[in-house]
Amino acid sequence: MKIKVRRYHPHFAPPTIEMEYDIPQDVTLLQALSHIKRHIDRTLTFSFMCRSGVCGSCAMRVNGKEVLACEYKVQENDIIEPLQFTPTLRDLVSDKKSALETLERSKAYPLNMEEVELEQADIAFLQRQSDCILCSSCYSSCPVYEVNEAFLGPFALTRVYRYVCDKREQKKKEHIDAIVENGIWDCTLCGNCTEVCPQGIDPKNDILMLQSWAAKFGYTNPHMGSFGSFGLEF
Amino acid sequence: MKCDVVIVGSGGAGLVAAIRAAELGKDVVVVSKGYPTEAQTSMAQGGINAASTQQDIQQHIEDTLRSGQGLADPEVVEFVCTQAPKAIKWLDSIGVPFDRDDKEIARRKLGGASNPRACYAQDYTGLKILHTLYDNALKLGVRFVHEHFLLNIISEDNRAYGVTLLDKRSTQVKQLLSRAVILATGGFAKIYGPFSTNGEGSFGEGIAAAMRAGAKLSDLEFVQFHPTALAKSAILISEAARGLGAKIVNQKGEQFIDELATRDKISRAIYEQLAIGNEVFLDMREIGEEIIQRELPQERKLAMIYENVDPAKELLPIKPAAHYTMGGIDTESNGGTNIAGFFAVGECANVKLHGANRLGGNSLLELVVMGKRVGESAAAVSLEIEEKNFERTLIDSNFIKAVFTLPNSIDFMERKEFLQKVLFHNAGIVREELALKGVLSVIRQHQKELAFMGIKDKSPLYNTELIAFLEYGNMVELTEAMVVGAVQRNESRGAHYRKDHPKTKEEYHAHTFIWKEDGVLCADFVKQNITKN
Repeated sequence: MKIKVRRYHPHFAPPTIEMEYDIPQDVTLLQALSHIKRHIDRTLTFSFMCRSGVCGSCAMRVNGKEVLACEYKVQENDIIEPLQFTPTLRDLVSDKKSALETLERSKAYPLNMEEVELEQADIAFLQRQSDCILCSSCYSSCPVYEVNEAFLGPFALTRVYRYVCDKREQKKKEHIDAIVENGIWDCTLCGNCTEVCPQGIDPKNDILMLQSWAAKFGYTNPHMGSFGSFGLEF
Repeated sequence: MKCDVVIVGSGGAGLVAAIRAAELGKDVVVVSKGYPTEAQTSMAQGGINAASTQQDIQQHIEDTLRSGQGLADPEVVEFVCTQAPKAIKWLDSIGVPFDRDDKEIARRKLGGASNPRACYAQDYTGLKILHTLYDNALKLGVRFVHEHFLLNIISEDNRAYGVTLLDKRSTQVKQLLSRAVILATGGFAKIYGPFSTNGEGSFGEGIAAAMRAGAKLSDLEFVQFHPTALAKSAILISEAARGLGAKIVNQKGEQFIDELATRDKISRAIYEQLAIGNEVFLDMREIGEEIIQRELPQERKLAMIYENVDPAKELLPIKPAAHYTMGGIDTESNGGTNIAGFFAVGECANVKLHGANRLGGNSLLELVVMGKRVGESAAAVSLEIEEKNFERTLIDSNFIKAVFTLPNSIDFMERKEFLQKVLFHNAGIVREELALKGVLSVIRQHQKELAFMGIKDKSPLYNTELIAFLEYGNMVELTEAMVVGAVQRNESRGAHYRKDHPKTKEEYHAHTFIWKEDGVLCADFVKQNITKN
């Protein structure tokens, strides 16, 4: 079986080339890449750790769609590429620094938690959101980054929502205050993030929920202003 | 770069220590070889032990001591088990979404426990604890250094001054100076390669670095094998499956072991079945699809990917695999080592909570309770550090340059795979003197051959082959110490099973200490902090 890998090394000319490799049948993408590195080409560079879908280190793109290499079964003629919107360091390894910084910028952490009695239904409410493994698949799939580098992005917003809907969290407004700029209103609701999430998280829906929380705190969608006046100037 | 406390390793233990030291006003830097949450803790599924009644605290202590087979330190065990309910309360207070049963935190029963006391969040317990800790560390302004691989501890005159790190992106060697150094670098069960449940990278670089710096290591020969790993990939199927009623059977449908016996007994029973040519399966069918999907969604998904088996409907092929290393850098009960200013915590450390065998659900507990304690110990270190270039940094820098010029006439990856196989079959679940001595000679041969190995990839940019080679170097250094411990211990105790000495013996009722003096391996048995056999 053959797959193509987009290779990148900034010191080479050209820095980007596509290479084809022969790999065994019925293997995960991670097993295929490990096979290439072990037996064909030691310079092939990629990241991985747990091989069981929980550490988030092996996200990459196959035929233009984000997957975890350890959970994806390779198909004939697949084209493997690194994530988008994060600088590629080498081959399939991306620099996730700017993606991770969205967590701090959006205050995606508990602000002030108090002891509150919880039931299983309360936990179930934030169960999916707290399954996030920070693999950056959603970040790479998000078209907003084509126009706005400062966008807080799907995983950070999902994480904010996870704390906003946590009954123990007391400072819900402060969370919302942190995500109105370059945040919830900038999402196009295209749903790419939801489609690629390996954990079945639905950031698009979480962002919609955050929008309604924002409305509750008196925020309005700045993009709707022009619709309110039918986009016409009087 | 310098700081008050440098913590190498961003798993649960490292993050708890970081949070505690930061709360105490210290400037904390956490170094990870990948990104912070890419840690082994994310793979812990089953749960975290904490008794819910006063009576059960006592039983938790007893269960832990029993499992430790005389080598768990009773004071440490009592401290950790008594602190456990507070640890859960703290995790709950910082946002960990533990499952609930009515209005209480739900608890399930794991193997070797006399009561249900493992708190959990579906089968993502470690993952959710880890990520919640990371969120809290970000909130406290803990500084993170990504993608730096630990080379050595900078130590002079028996005092630590920081660490040397390899920046993976540039292959530059850097020094990071600090008043206190905490290693939270994890265990070394990946030395068994495809026969290990661990993720890539658990080759014990922290423990090896500590040994090079003169730290004492203890009880390295105690390696826990988990009985239920997927047959093809060694991916773990949590003990929770058995807690829910999964059975262990061979291809004839025979049950040959009590599913809730301790991990070492079940592992050995499965190993023996496989050795006589039988196949072994986990039968989860009676649990029912609904409960499997709710409680074990991760396991079900992985079984389908790696074995093409839906455990709700079919038998799941399994094998035992190296899971956890009880031994490590020997520490006092405050996490301190024999080197001033140098601390260790979590799986890389041996504070002697687990003794000769770890009780399921106690490792997550250890990293919370001990992480906090070590964070406090490290924060209390006062020392003025002079910012100068240490000789260690220069040596390491030259070493890395030299690796690029090694002849590469022997392929280290081939050697590594060979050694992993040799270790599993001769220094794994079942051991005996002659075979162990054979392993030692293989390891020593590999040590001699290191200079003829090297790397094919000569790029200074994100060179993962270089990292793998360094890991292999650490592995051959550390496995020698582990196998020496296994050869010396002429008895069976906990996870260490010697076919030629199947009984536990009073004369070995002691901790194995191993250290290096002028590059020479020294070993001794020490009878302290032990309980009755």
